[in-house]
Amino acid sequence: MSTQTKDHAELAEIFNKDEARVNWHDETLWWVRQKRDKAAHQIPEWELLRETASQIKNNVLSNLNNYLVQFEAQAKANGVTVHWAANAEEHNQIVHSLLTKHGIDRMVKSKSMLTEECHLNEYLSQHGIEVIDSDLGERIVQLADEPPSHIVLPCIHKKKEEIGELFHKHLGTPKGNADPQFLTETARQHLRETFLTRKAALTGVNFAIAETGEFVVCTNEGNADMGAHLADIHIASMGIEKIIPQRKHLSVFLRLLTRSATGQPITTYSSHFKKPRSGQEMHLILVDNQRTVQLGRKDFRNSLKCIRCAACMNTCPVYRRSGGHSYHTAIAGPIGSILAPNLDMRKFADLPFASTLCGSCSNVCPVKINIHEQLYKWRQVLVKEGYVGTTKKLGMQAMTLTLSSPGFFKTAGKVGRFVMKYAPFAVSNPLNPWYKQREMPAPPKESFGEWYQKNRNHAK
Amino acid sequence: MQNSRDRILAAVAANKPDLLPLPEIPVFSPETEDASFILQKFHATATTIGSKIFMVKDFEEIKAMVSEQFREGRIVTTIPELADIAETDLKTIPDPHTLENIELLIMRALFGVAENSAVWVTEDLMQQRAAPFICQHLAVVLNAADIVPTMHEAYERIGSADYGFATFIAGPSKTADIEQSLVLGAHGPRSMTLFVLE
Repeated sequence: MSTQTKDHAELAEIFNKDEARVNWHDETLWWVRQKRDKAAHQIPEWELLRETASQIKNNVLSNLNNYLVQFEAQAKANGVTVHWAANAEEHNQIVHSLLTKHGIDRMVKSKSMLTEECHLNEYLSQHGIEVIDSDLGERIVQLADEPPSHIVLPCIHKKKEEIGELFHKHLGTPKGNADPQFLTETARQHLRETFLTRKAALTGVNFAIAETGEFVVCTNEGNADMGAHLADIHIASMGIEKIIPQRKHLSVFLRLLTRSATGQPITTYSSHFKKPRSGQEMHLILVDNQRTVQLGRKDFRNSLKCIRCAACMNTCPVYRRSGGHSYHTAIAGPIGSILAPNLDMRKFADLPFASTLCGSCSNVCPVKINIHEQLYKWRQVLVKEGYVGTTKKLGMQAMTLTLSSPGFFKTAGKVGRFVMKYAPFAVSNPLNPWYKQREMPAPPKESFGEWYQKNRNHAK
Repeated sequence: MQNSRDRILAAVAANKPDLLPLPEIPVFSPETEDASFILQKFHATATTIGSKIFMVKDFEEIKAMVSEQFREGRIVTTIPELADIAETDLKTIPDPHTLENIELLIMRALFGVAENSAVWVTEDLMQQRAAPFICQHLAVVLNAADIVPTMHEAYERIGSADYGFATFIAGPSKTADIEQSLVLGAHGPRSMTLFVLE
């Protein structure tokens, strides 16, 4: 990707060029958000469920090392080989060495945002190993040579005609056919052949149970299961924060996850992997990749409670109108914007500013992460640490000056209204970032201060 | 690898917050304990998520319906009572890849969940882990008495049961990845039929 030198605002500008598409993207995600509301409102105990989930996750973070040790012991007793990876590179090396050991050069993979974070596909491809993503949305973006733009709906930014074109080019479908039913059937046939011929399958992990050593993978398509149950070797990759204490806690999380994500009552498959199938090898990789650093940041550690439902993205007015790719990180949207600066403050300094701080994300989060507050706190950290550009800094300083001096504030308001009235071209031009994608409002005749002065005198 | 393990655990121990208590899962009293209401809810949810659901008196009725709907193709079952209409030797198959041409698999579920119409199936009921995913169509038989209201009662029922693999299945495999258009039959079964034994 050549997107890394551009920041969120610049990338959003590219996305915003096609207004019809932006409106469609916005409306589609809002529709998903509405489905979430409908599902949540059917559960009278919804808020208590969220609170319980939040408290379970708080306990997990406060006792994580013990749960990890317990999980490892149980998984080993179940016949699963447990690996630990300090960072993305070590994770990728472990996967590569497992494949090399078995002489495997082709692998099928189901959805795993962690492997996106670790850039596993690129790494393996550099080492001569072909990876095929089996989730339909992920396969589509893989054919387009793009990263997913959404963690639950990877190709939500693509129109069906574009997908039809991709399938025509790569899978030989008739040109111009963009029927979702037909395209899905084509992918089914193409990927069935993949499932039947791959000896290694990699899956993500939604939840791992310390008490029993089992892990749970949720899909609607059945792709994780098709891969894992047909392969000689199943590799599951998980961030260390995916642990939950006991099996019964799944009842809380499985009730929340899909209702928050898509409004479904549960995914089609919630598969509990405990022991390898006879004759199969099952490997589990526990990955840190700076999660322990985030755990040490008091203001940001709660971001590790995330169960990756994407409700915060679907509801976010900035995400919906800027698209997932503008976040230039594996996990887009509000939650991604508080996870990414932990990985690299310089590279992701722009993301906590890609928000209106409206707080809708925190309101829909099934584990009650205070997302918008963390976005606000990251801004302060990033400015203090010197990762914010001078324009933004100067603007903020000018704002501070204006807002802290009543005289200056009055004058600035007058000047502003005068300029907008008599010389609108001075603000309504492409040099003013506030003018982009929107019309400037008509200037008020007077300020509230002036109006109040007048009307107070009237009343008396 | 020992090194990374110890380093990660040490970093977690150093950076984690003070211990916070593990909460009890509150007792969410289900809307009703009434079995017929729970069954009704299961029925309604199943239909919503794209399953077909039939109330049946006995296995004879199931056999008649299956023979009616599936006239050709490989039919496999893990239920001994259905031996005369389907293959039953799944357990002895050494290679799961040979399940590839199964048209219909009929298996038992331990119980169903009314709030999402998922059924709980353990490895011993499917006999081959790949079977309920690789078949073109899936049919599941469960007792009407074995339907619980929510996931809380479901996990209470599972308890500390041991299994190698187990899964909740709710409906046919599906995707809406292309412009949010729902398509049934992604990689797994194109249809899911529930036979509820009264």
